[in-house]
Amino acid sequence: MAQKPNEKTRIDRRFADLKAQGRAAFVTFITAGDPDYETSRDILFGLADAGADVIELGMPFSDPMADGPAIQAASIRALSGGQNMVKTLQMVAEFRANDDETPVVLMGYYNPIYIYGVERFVEDAKLAGVDGLIVVDVPPEADDELCLPAMAKGLNFIRLATPTTDAKRLPRVLENTSGFLYYVSITGITGSATPDPTAVHDQVAAIRKSTDLPVAVGFGVKTPEQAKAIAAGADGVVVGSALVNAITQTIDQDGRATGKTVPAVLDMVKSLSAPLK
Amino acid sequence: MTDQPKPNTLRSGPDERGFFGDFGGRFVAETLMPAILELEEAYTASKSDPSFQEELDGLLQHYAGRPSPLYFAERLTEHLGGAKVYFKRDELNHTGSHKINNCLGQILLARRMGKTRIIAETGAGQHGVAVATVCAKYGLPCEVYMGATDVERQSPNVMRMRMLGASINPVTSGAGTLKDAMNEALRDWVTNVGDTYYIIGTAAGPHPYPEMVRNFQSVIGTEAREQMLEREGCLPDAIVACIGGGSNAIGLFHPFLDDESVSIYGVEAGGHGVDVENGHAASMGGGEPGVLHGNRTYLLQDADGQILEGHSISAGLDYPGVGPEHSWLKDTGRVSYVPATDVEALEALQLCTRMEGIIPALEPSHALAYVTKLAPTMGKDQTIVMNLCGRGDKDLYTVAEALGWEI
Repeated sequence: MAQKPNEKTRIDRRFADLKAQGRAAFVTFITAGDPDYETSRDILFGLADAGADVIELGMPFSDPMADGPAIQAASIRALSGGQNMVKTLQMVAEFRANDDETPVVLMGYYNPIYIYGVERFVEDAKLAGVDGLIVVDVPPEADDELCLPAMAKGLNFIRLATPTTDAKRLPRVLENTSGFLYYVSITGITGSATPDPTAVHDQVAAIRKSTDLPVAVGFGVKTPEQAKAIAAGADGVVVGSALVNAITQTIDQDGRATGKTVPAVLDMVKSLSAPLK
Repeated sequence: MTDQPKPNTLRSGPDERGFFGDFGGRFVAETLMPAILELEEAYTASKSDPSFQEELDGLLQHYAGRPSPLYFAERLTEHLGGAKVYFKRDELNHTGSHKINNCLGQILLARRMGKTRIIAETGAGQHGVAVATVCAKYGLPCEVYMGATDVERQSPNVMRMRMLGASINPVTSGAGTLKDAMNEALRDWVTNVGDTYYIIGTAAGPHPYPEMVRNFQSVIGTEAREQMLEREGCLPDAIVACIGGGSNAIGLFHPFLDDESVSIYGVEAGGHGVDVENGHAASMGGGEPGVLHGNRTYLLQDADGQILEGHSISAGLDYPGVGPEHSWLKDTGRVSYVPATDVEALEALQLCTRMEGIIPALEPSHALAYVTKLAPTMGKDQTIVMNLCGRGDKDLYTVAEALGWEI
């Protein structure tokens, strides 16, 4: 077993603080550069005030195999707008200059990291102020690829557990996971079916028998009622596709941001996070 | 002679983690990991079960029509004026291509695993037709993901799949070709992983697919090797096959990898030319190693690691990646990978049609284009075996349009 980061990360501190307050974390996902760098940065800068406790920032990829249509479209918009890894890290650095508390987790797929260079990536991500990584297509069997180099730099490597992760497999998933565990509430792609809170609570309870890590639940959470119901039995609720949809619904015919785009996303964050506060 | 691996063999891969050198592996979302591990276990069990191979051999013989003939292309040989050219006639298989070899193997596995729903991706539609065929034979529901662009340019195969009872899902994301179809099939699998078996059509994807598909396709090379020994009394001097994902090629190549006297050529889709940016589908000739669709392999991609669409006149070769074993064979130098352009493939298709009375698919026409360059450089006492892996009926509209014929 590899050594876990000794120093507490912003993620560790944030979940500990929220636990002391007796409430679940509201975790937001947006894609960096969607629909353009400036708009995306403005959204990012407003997320914490709107109610985000933890920020997941998507690194756009041309072939997001685990994502539904909403996040696929977000990736395409971002890439068409010229977003790339250098700009995504720059965006985090700009955010970090004004906010030293809110954890930022980069989420995406392995190839853009692999091409950027794993060592260079974990170095630059740490320097930019990134706290953790979620990389969908690097399972525990491939920990030496990215997870261990990230841990060595003091980045949390956050793993997804799913309804197909049975008791036999869970220890493998948990082995090098730190920061929090992301429980995918449905068997499917992002933004699809709506999770059943009771079933999710049972699954989270089962996972908690094997780990002290906070468990955040995501995939398919779209309304304040769902967020509240999920939060009752978890340490965090992740909302992604619903925010991306707020972007989709406020851009013009050519895919460009309008004056409504930033407020629409932040209002959505306010309304979804309110029941947790 | 035997085709058992030698001590310093090139045929022992992949390792237990699914790697051929640095290529391959298992890069998939957690939802799929248990399914991938279950598949590996079932496949491993089937390999050591004689009744599995017996059942498959019976199907290959009586249903698919194997062994496929090894045909001496006499007029073409005379025309080229060099090495004797043999065609491994895998286009004569039931369904019209080599794809049935793999589908029969995987459907037997799916049945053993108790899966009740089959999904697949397809490019040219040859794999989709083969999957729809085995699903019809075993009465299993079948969903095929096919890029919208490919649905249009391979309409005869779309109709065949429909007749066989498969549902066709045209995929409009990206350029609407094979890569996008594979993304969508993976999304389906993530959603329906409990009851669904994904029949991947090429020797790519997460471990154990590259190994499994290769082994099911190796019947091509095993037969060709025996047939050449019988016909010529010696192994061929060169073997040639086209490469999209590379399943027909690895099927032909694998039994010959340890035969040092045999030169091996894989022919990639050069499209408009490998120096034309995003104008070809030669992932090894014009790409860099990366990670996509569950494996590390050579990929067409930009400097940010975004995958490029690529281009080929042939829907079956229009894929930005390649099976990981090919990437490894390229880096070790055992196989030479060369391109053939759209124009060269079209010329080769017409040459073969007029000289031999065989209309090849556009995919093996790429292999043939290279044969027309290679054969004249070799002696008349030398031999080439080319895998004629698919028939051209599906391409009539594409070819007619390219030749400017009124349809």
